[in-house]
Amino acid sequence: MALTGMDIYKMLPKKNCKECGFPTCLAFAMKLAQGGIEAEKCPYMSEEVKQKLSDATAPLMKTVKFGYGEKTYTLGGETVLFRHEKTFVNRNRFAVMFSDVMSEEDINGRIERMNKVSYVRINERMYVEIAAVKCESDNKEKYLGLLKKVKDECKDAVPMIINENAEIAKAAVEEVKDLGPILYGANDQNYEEMVNIAKQYNILLGVEANNLEELYKLVEKIHALGYKELILGTKAVSAKKAFEDVVNIRRTALITQDRVFGYPAAVFVNRLSKDKFLQLSYATVFVEKYASIIVLDDIDYSIALPLFALRQNIYTDPQRPMRVEQGIYRIGQAEENSPVLVTVDFALTYFIVSGEVERSKVPSWVLVPDAGGYSVLTAWAAGKLSGKSIAKAVKDFGVEEKVKTREIIIPGKVAVLKSDIEDALPGWKVVVGSEEAALLPKFLRDYISKRA
Amino acid sequence: MAYKNPQQKFQGKIKEVVLGEGLKLGGESVLPFYSFDGDIGNTPKVGMEVWDIPPVDWPEGLMNIIKDVADDPAKWAKFYTEKYNPDFITLRFIGANPDTLNRSPEECAEIAKKVAKNVDVPLVIAGCDSNEKNARIFTKVAEALPNKNYAFLSAVEGNYKEVGAAVGLAYGNLVVAESSVDLNLAKQLNILLTQLGVKPERMLMNPGVSSVGYGFEYVITTLDRIKLAALEQNDTILQVPIIMPVSFETWKVKESVASKEDAPEWGDREERGIAMEVSTAVGVLTAGANAVILRHPRSLDVVRGFINEMVN
Repeated sequence: MALTGMDIYKMLPKKNCKECGFPTCLAFAMKLAQGGIEAEKCPYMSEEVKQKLSDATAPLMKTVKFGYGEKTYTLGGETVLFRHEKTFVNRNRFAVMFSDVMSEEDINGRIERMNKVSYVRINERMYVEIAAVKCESDNKEKYLGLLKKVKDECKDAVPMIINENAEIAKAAVEEVKDLGPILYGANDQNYEEMVNIAKQYNILLGVEANNLEELYKLVEKIHALGYKELILGTKAVSAKKAFEDVVNIRRTALITQDRVFGYPAAVFVNRLSKDKFLQLSYATVFVEKYASIIVLDDIDYSIALPLFALRQNIYTDPQRPMRVEQGIYRIGQAEENSPVLVTVDFALTYFIVSGEVERSKVPSWVLVPDAGGYSVLTAWAAGKLSGKSIAKAVKDFGVEEKVKTREIIIPGKVAVLKSDIEDALPGWKVVVGSEEAALLPKFLRDYISKRA
Repeated sequence: MAYKNPQQKFQGKIKEVVLGEGLKLGGESVLPFYSFDGDIGNTPKVGMEVWDIPPVDWPEGLMNIIKDVADDPAKWAKFYTEKYNPDFITLRFIGANPDTLNRSPEECAEIAKKVAKNVDVPLVIAGCDSNEKNARIFTKVAEALPNKNYAFLSAVEGNYKEVGAAVGLAYGNLVVAESSVDLNLAKQLNILLTQLGVKPERMLMNPGVSSVGYGFEYVITTLDRIKLAALEQNDTILQVPIIMPVSFETWKVKESVASKEDAPEWGDREERGIAMEVSTAVGVLTAGANAVILRHPRSLDVVRGFINEMVN
């Protein structure tokens, strides 16, 4: 349970030395209780009290890591149940499942499809971060063979070793130890050996039980062994139960403030259905509701496009708009005579505008100047979208070399910018476009036929 | 220490609204699918989209399915209800758009009557891009189909008086209050409709939907906040079931529109469209939608399968 400022104050030396930067020990204690400062700041605290305080004031859900180098990922560390309260911080990671009893053909197909999914969406590369490799044969050589293959052929993914046999698990971790693998499979029978392996290699340990009651007891036992780099899961095979488990793990940590469940959770949506679209449904649920690792049977673009887009949405800071990169974007087979439209770098606006331009089937150029990441009207009101900024973008992105036309279409809502832009861009004519993006297809078709 | 499930109990409850003759929406007193906390009310409902004119630009596979019925909305609706068994049919008057046929409200009313006669599931009536025109369409359609409890999608700030008065007061149907992804705007419109005299049990709301990837975080957050206000703070103004026309949004984004030639590495266009539709629908159902409108029969099948798994 969380300590109050008064609880903490009672444990302090009460010297009022001010060396922590606060005028009194009480002020320091209050700040500590809110989590605004670390216990270390007090130079006169005994080690025992320091430990007790850092445990009590630690985040309710632990932040854990896996991977290596620039492919190091953090999971957990979430502080709220709903993103409007204070942002979801560490995005979930997706995994594709491999097993050592699958056919060679199946394995190769999955590797190929997984590697094929790699694209950039709003300044972020999207790809599968984890290769879940499951031992079902109980044959060490066979399993290590698959693990090696996946390690060699899925260069982007960090391996997740799924194995309940501690002997095989140890050899497997040794095989891929440089990649910072996840070891998944600690249970009531093997947890002591599994904790030892995890401790030795300092890796993330997946703990799994039949239900939350058993999982709770198991985590308590693992705590007694002194290991806290964990991710939790249950063996639920119905979507309803898996949902209940994940929601309750999160609520137990954050509402009940019980750190036994103060860890991120993993969900195997591939256990809940074999149908591709149903797996997509469950993955969608668990991006919104609280899974940090989501394991799919397979992936292709049809599944990846909605899932990565959804994740990018859910894990954003509500106080910071998403921006697209400034530049000139080519839509359809735009060429030197195609229309040039201006919009802003607020991601949502750009996507809506480019979507409507695409829908119009009129090949076009879309110019995105620096607009501070605001929507059209807000950017204009803030002075971010102006004749100057648009003229600068035309020059910076070489629009005059790309097109012969000297006409630029601006959003109807900022018609007032017309003369400003024409002043800043000698030789160009400004055309005022539609007020709403939804009217762009008609506007563009009319524009083209009028010009022809 | 033994483990104990933390439960969340709420004072508030979403009203139960009847669509058509007995299709019940809402009635829950917990967050969506939180059956472990209490009563989840009526199972979320799934409807299918039918147009008054033959669609263009729908994926080839879907066009093949509807090719014999697409020029007759009454036949089309019957075909869908018999073959796919949706909970309701959404009849959308694309043809009333000044850019297409500029069809008159009277013609729309005739079509709606035929469709209503041909199916035994409730209808949800949707208009075109013009709010002003929609007010006139809805007035005529509601007049032609009085006291049916059909839902009219939708009343917005600019036309709520006409739509609310005709649909909700004069002709005994349901008004869907549509706002644009903001709790306060949603609440304001519900208040305005209530002040006009529309009874809360004759209202549904659509607080604004987009496709996954397109500002969808605002949609989810708005839904979260509406449901929490309704349940936790017992805000009666927001205790109205939510219906969302998912398909109106998901089939126009790049992921669903780009042809195989435009994006060869992305694979089959129809599959992508279905996936965007399914993920968006499940996304809003998990955050609080009580009904969704879909376009593709495969999506209907998947989303219904999903709902069944989550409630049974």
